[in-house]
Amino acid sequence: MTTQVSKTVIAAAVAAFLSIPVVAQAGEIRVMCYQDGIECDVTAEQAKRFEAANPGTKVVIDVVPYKTIVEQLPVQLAAGQGPDIARVTDLGGLSKYYLDVSAHVKDRAYWESNFGATLPWLRPTASDKGIYGFMSQLTMTGPFVNKTLFEQAKVALPGPKATWDEWVEAARKVAKATQTPAALAWDRSGHRFAGPAISYGAKIFDAKGDLVLDDGYKTTVNKFVAWHKDGAMLKEVWAGSGGSSYADSIGEFKNGRVAMVLSGSWQINRLQKDIGNAFDWVAVPNPCGPAACSGIPGGAAWVALKTSKSPKEVGMFLDFIASEANYAEFTGKTENIPAHAGLARKGVPYPGATPAARAALASFSAGVATLSPVAYQFQGYKFNRAMMLPTVARVTQAIVGEMSSDEAMTKIGADMADAVKQAQK
Amino acid sequence: MHGVDRLLGGFFNLFEPLFRAAQRWLGLSRLGWLFVGPNLLVFGLFTFLPILINLLYASTGGVKLMPLERPFTGAENFAILLECRDYLDIQSCRKDVFWRATFNTAKFSLIQVGLMVGLSLLTALVLNRKIVGRGFWRGVFFYPVLLSPVVVALIWKWLLQSQGVFNAGLLAAGASPVDWLLDAGWAFFWTVFVSIWAHMGFYTLILLAGLQAIPKDMYEAAQLDAASPWRTLRRITLPLLMPNLIVVLVLALIRAVQIFDEVFVLTGGGPGSATTFIVQFIYQTGFAEQIHLYGLAAAASLLLALGLIALTLAQLRLTRASEAGQKAR
Repeated sequence: MTTQVSKTVIAAAVAAFLSIPVVAQAGEIRVMCYQDGIECDVTAEQAKRFEAANPGTKVVIDVVPYKTIVEQLPVQLAAGQGPDIARVTDLGGLSKYYLDVSAHVKDRAYWESNFGATLPWLRPTASDKGIYGFMSQLTMTGPFVNKTLFEQAKVALPGPKATWDEWVEAARKVAKATQTPAALAWDRSGHRFAGPAISYGAKIFDAKGDLVLDDGYKTTVNKFVAWHKDGAMLKEVWAGSGGSSYADSIGEFKNGRVAMVLSGSWQINRLQKDIGNAFDWVAVPNPCGPAACSGIPGGAAWVALKTSKSPKEVGMFLDFIASEANYAEFTGKTENIPAHAGLARKGVPYPGATPAARAALASFSAGVATLSPVAYQFQGYKFNRAMMLPTVARVTQAIVGEMSSDEAMTKIGADMADAVKQAQK
Repeated sequence: MHGVDRLLGGFFNLFEPLFRAAQRWLGLSRLGWLFVGPNLLVFGLFTFLPILINLLYASTGGVKLMPLERPFTGAENFAILLECRDYLDIQSCRKDVFWRATFNTAKFSLIQVGLMVGLSLLTALVLNRKIVGRGFWRGVFFYPVLLSPVVVALIWKWLLQSQGVFNAGLLAAGASPVDWLLDAGWAFFWTVFVSIWAHMGFYTLILLAGLQAIPKDMYEAAQLDAASPWRTLRRITLPLLMPNLIVVLVLALIRAVQIFDEVFVLTGGGPGSATTFIVQFIYQTGFAEQIHLYGLAAAASLLLALGLIALTLAQLRLTRASEAGQKAR
């Protein structure tokens, strides 16, 4: 009997031991990374070099879909869970979870001089002086055009100051001549939508600095819905989902199903890699409206997170990948616009970029000058998603005929007010 | 006695002194609590506690996750969900998508459950007959049940998308492609069809088991009395199958009200809100939107729970009525 009891106790102990979750080893840091192109792959290569230079430190790159960063990471962080470092785009919205690593970086002056313009984007308050991470790249929303289709249709590309209406008409002619399913598509995103809206005169903010829906925004909603109804816009991207979920239009562009898309600079590497020689594509300046020819700035940032149990190693790793050599390698290989001032001054060689990709990068870099001040203000506003998300959901409802454009505007306003009210509680 | 039995007997005998002591201490009437205690603990932690937490979230507002950081708002979330200027006009409701989702769920449940039960019964009746390849056909109908809902949805999405197999077939035949998932009517039709395709085998199996439990002599007696097949179905098969039919009806109804996974992958709730159902609304409100309104989602989930409780009570009444009918017969 005693033997039986002992066996039972041992079995229970073994089972209990096996059920204990694996605890992270000392010196291990986990990096949650999403990639539009090869961003995580390049970071993984750099992580190996970091490990070799820092024996005893292990860097695990967890590659996740962008949806995980947007939907799951905030919940994890709110629950006190999460990785040590993450690549995020909701810069201000998550800032309360960022970890200040200024004590662990070798040369604070290097960070200030090269990332000084964007470090405040990651700080939770204006008076804060901490270093929470750095922008892995700057991005700008803007259109890509299928040049081959325009050539086949013998339609000239509208010039740099052409309006959205002129571009839509040109793309419509191309689609008709080449039997392409639709003229154009925009990413299903309120962020992308804001660029044309600002161009059409949307002020976005009222005198008090609160979000406002005005005639400029309404004009854009009306035009966008009308373009869907008359077949100029490809229905799949916006009408293909419910709610406010994100859907990109690049897939349709790559498949030659539209002559033009509104997306952004972060897609250049993907376009180069996936389209290859299938057709010629170009990035063109943001089309104009009566008020501006603006896209929306943005970008992704590597941020340290308070959930980390290895702040020193996290600081060291961020310091390592932020060094000029590594940042240049990352920017060159991933074909992005650098947020590193020194590198931007020197210029990035982009060794693997095709002429089309180089031209696109140049086009987006030049486009920074045409960005409306409202676009910067909107990008940095912590409740910007209160306007972006209802825009996607309600405009889609108008596109599919569940409500009129006017009703959609009313609903966007009501949803926006509700969301801001809840977020301020 | 087998070795295993002896081992188990020996194992449980180990606890006998413990139970004797417990009986002396608690008394015989209270000893039962000791046995149900572990189960109550598990249910308490994983069922009752989450319900209480859900109630707490439903009565608080804001976007913070930790309950203690959330401001108490009482019934405000329920008021927001239920606020309408005109209850006959969904558009006038403050959270019109909640009402659209509720309406879609009710419509889906009625159509899908009706078709599901009817088709499952028909299939079970056919598969209960001595047809050629009966085992094979039973496998064919049951096979989709083994697939993950996400896999089911991806397969059908591949068939139905704009450049999918169905449209390729239509184009090859010289016809125009159809917006299977971009037209509200078609999208709703396919959510019903795909969910029936995926789950019908399960309900067919329950009804088949019920059919096989009906004594053969009943049918022999009917045959001797020269009863027609229709009369046999109405007077023997359906009454004796009623308990199984009720189980199928209630299970299908609960499953239909909870529909989420297949539809979320297949249509994303679109186009617009044409296939947005109540569980997706809860998910989107609480988790998918970047401004997480946990309180509103919790309130909506409690309203859904009320609906499910009503359905369960209806099942109990139906089952009891059916049992009473059986006894009377």
